Amino acid sequence: MKKLELGFQWASSKPKLLLHRSSITTLRRYQLTAHGNCGKRKSAENWVRRSSRRNTNSSANSTRLNSELRSKQTCPKDYQTGVSLLFLLAAMAATKTRGSSFSRAVSAATPSLAPGLKCGPNGTVFLSSGIPDLDKILGGGFTLGSLVMVMEDSEAPHHMLLLRNFMSQGLIHNQPLLYASPSKDPKGFLGTLPSPASSKDDKPRDRDTDQEKGLRIAWQYKKYFGENNPNFTGHRDDKHEYCNDFDLRKPLERQFLIRQHVDCVSLQDSMNLSVLLDHCGTFLSQFPRNDNNSSITTAGRIAIQSFCAPDCGYSNMEWHMLSFIRSLKSVMRSSNAVAVLTFPPSLLSPSFCKRWQHMADTLLSVKAIPDEDRELAQLLTGYQDMVGLLNVHKIARINTQAPMILEATTFSIKLQKRRYLVLECLNQAPIDGSSGASYGTSGSCSASSKTGRLDF
Amino acid sequence: MDQRSSNLLDEALGLDCQTDRWALAGRVVAIEDSVETSGSFILHQLVKRALAPNSSTVVLFIAFAQPFSHYDRILRKLGCNLAAQRVNNRFFFFDKLTLQCPDVDERNSPVSGLVALYGEIQETIYGLPEVSRKNVTIIIDDLSIVEVAANGSSDYVLDFLHYCHTLTSEFDCTLITLNHEDIYSSTEKPAFLLQTEYLADILIKAEPLATGLATDVHGQLTVLNKGFNHGQMNSRNKIRNFHFRVKENMVEYFYPGSRN
Repeated sequence: MKKLELGFQWASSKPKLLLHRSSITTLRRYQLTAHGNCGKRKSAENWVRRSSRRNTNSSANSTRLNSELRSKQTCPKDYQTGVSLLFLLAAMAATKTRGSSFSRAVSAATPSLAPGLKCGPNGTVFLSSGIPDLDKILGGGFTLGSLVMVMEDSEAPHHMLLLRNFMSQGLIHNQPLLYASPSKDPKGFLGTLPSPASSKDDKPRDRDTDQEKGLRIAWQYKKYFGENNPNFTGHRDDKHEYCNDFDLRKPLERQFLIRQHVDCVSLQDSMNLSVLLDHCGTFLSQFPRNDNNSSITTAGRIAIQSFCAPDCGYSNMEWHMLSFIRSLKSVMRSSNAVAVLTFPPSLLSPSFCKRWQHMADTLLSVKAIPDEDRELAQLLTGYQDMVGLLNVHKIARINTQAPMILEATTFSIKLQKRRYLVLECLNQAPIDGSSGASYGTSGSCSASSKTGRLDF
Repeated sequence: MDQRSSNLLDEALGLDCQTDRWALAGRVVAIEDSVETSGSFILHQLVKRALAPNSSTVVLFIAFAQPFSHYDRILRKLGCNLAAQRVNNRFFFFDKLTLQCPDVDERNSPVSGLVALYGEIQETIYGLPEVSRKNVTIIIDDLSIVEVAANGSSDYVLDFLHYCHTLTSEFDCTLITLNHEDIYSSTEKPAFLLQTEYLADILIKAEPLATGLATDVHGQLTVLNKGFNHGQMNSRNKIRNFHFRVKENMVEYFYPGSRN
């Protein structure tokens, strides 16, 4: 199994954007610094070099760019048009990726919502999962009143990644939290929650927007940004309050844990599930739902980890567990909260596993990927950075009958800079020995790369 | 009217006939789906057809899966106001989301919850005026949760179903149930599923496409109509298979490959 180090022992390094975005940004920035002035070109090159040193993962892109630059240095004019072309390409690609990323139209008449909540379609309200990419995939986040179930990989703790971000995001938004786990001391888990990336770490992203504003050269391409920018920046602003990027290596500050109402329950203690259900019931009674669209002041989060773990007293009472889930689901429906429940499906009999899956409103599964699977490594790009796979089986369909069909249901879980959790579409690697055009064709083969990143 | 009768599902169910009588009267419809493809949209379609302005059918909706607001919103988009129909006494909603039959080990009467539910249904039917008593549709969403509510004693659920079945012969009721096929696919003798399939006159299966997911085809329906043997209907196909695409305000049905 690929090692999943969730502690905070990694060496520090700067954060990085999504690969495709970073390469576009590099191009853009490059373009800006290189503007008209040959003297500045050197510094631009330095910049690219520096960035390539920093972004070890995307160094391939930058190096390619570097060589591009070196070859063009002799004829600045050509070089400029070359870069402009590249730039245009990047802009077009950006348009494409933007266009395909799913964003829901938000109706104008919305009830007043507390920060951290977002209106969705059909009178639903979203709450962030704590992973920006997952929110995007699910069309906005987790729906209030829904039960999210995550099928664990029985041999790897990837579900903890989802749980940690979910819980942290709630604490950041001041949302009360109920956490239940089969461990003896569930409170200890709170110490491992990640902290949002500080503003200093976020700088690269911010600077990126600043520079876009001061775009001087290639003004004729501005129109491409005209359609992009509002969406782009709006999304970003939104992201800052709705969904944070979490730095998995930095523990959450104590103040969040102290000022919050955090309930921790050990599943080992409760032989009877009715106790846990009562606990959930009293917790959820803080967030009653009234359907007449009044304001929602706060929302709750319930995180239940490894629900059917064998060390819980009730783990052999399959019907009891099932009726617990059913009762939980029905109380969820009448409250403004989201419950995330993870379970190892291998511990359930197949028919019960299906029953559990039917119970879920949103159903996800996580899977580790083998460390040295050469076949898979050849098949997928960016295999080295992947820690696992996330599968989206079902998306909550509350108040609607139309299913949401995703372009792809399998996503790779990556730890960017070993800090940030990133979900990406799987991309097929180009076949060895084929020309550069295979990048284009690989997309159509995998049928999932529309939202995927751009390879140069 | 014409536009509605071109619907493949209605055709398969015999709902396209221009008769005054509700075509499903006295019949049992079993809908089966899977995790990948939800079949609940068929329930919504049937509720909409049953509550259409030109029919006089009364719907008894026994909801174990979703609250009223969920169905209300969906049906409103389909052009049917459940709240208004509720006032008109044409739509009866039984919110059984939290119904939990007592534990089996308590031994007092494990089925009391379901018996009470049956009593409620019966009472509602008896309470109806003579005219509408002839056109009652009972819809159960969904049977797998009824099993959970009965704490796994599927025999009691079967008993409950049999009781409801007697209503179909007594009052010419329609009984429509939803269940999940894949739950039972791993069990050796899926007695519960086989029993419900045996009871059913019409079996509708919603399955995902074998070729994987698609945005313009959401799955396929297989409709097995067992009771079409009487009289002039003999010419119809017994098994029909077609694709569907679920939209907010309608469902498109089409034969495989016939979509342009």
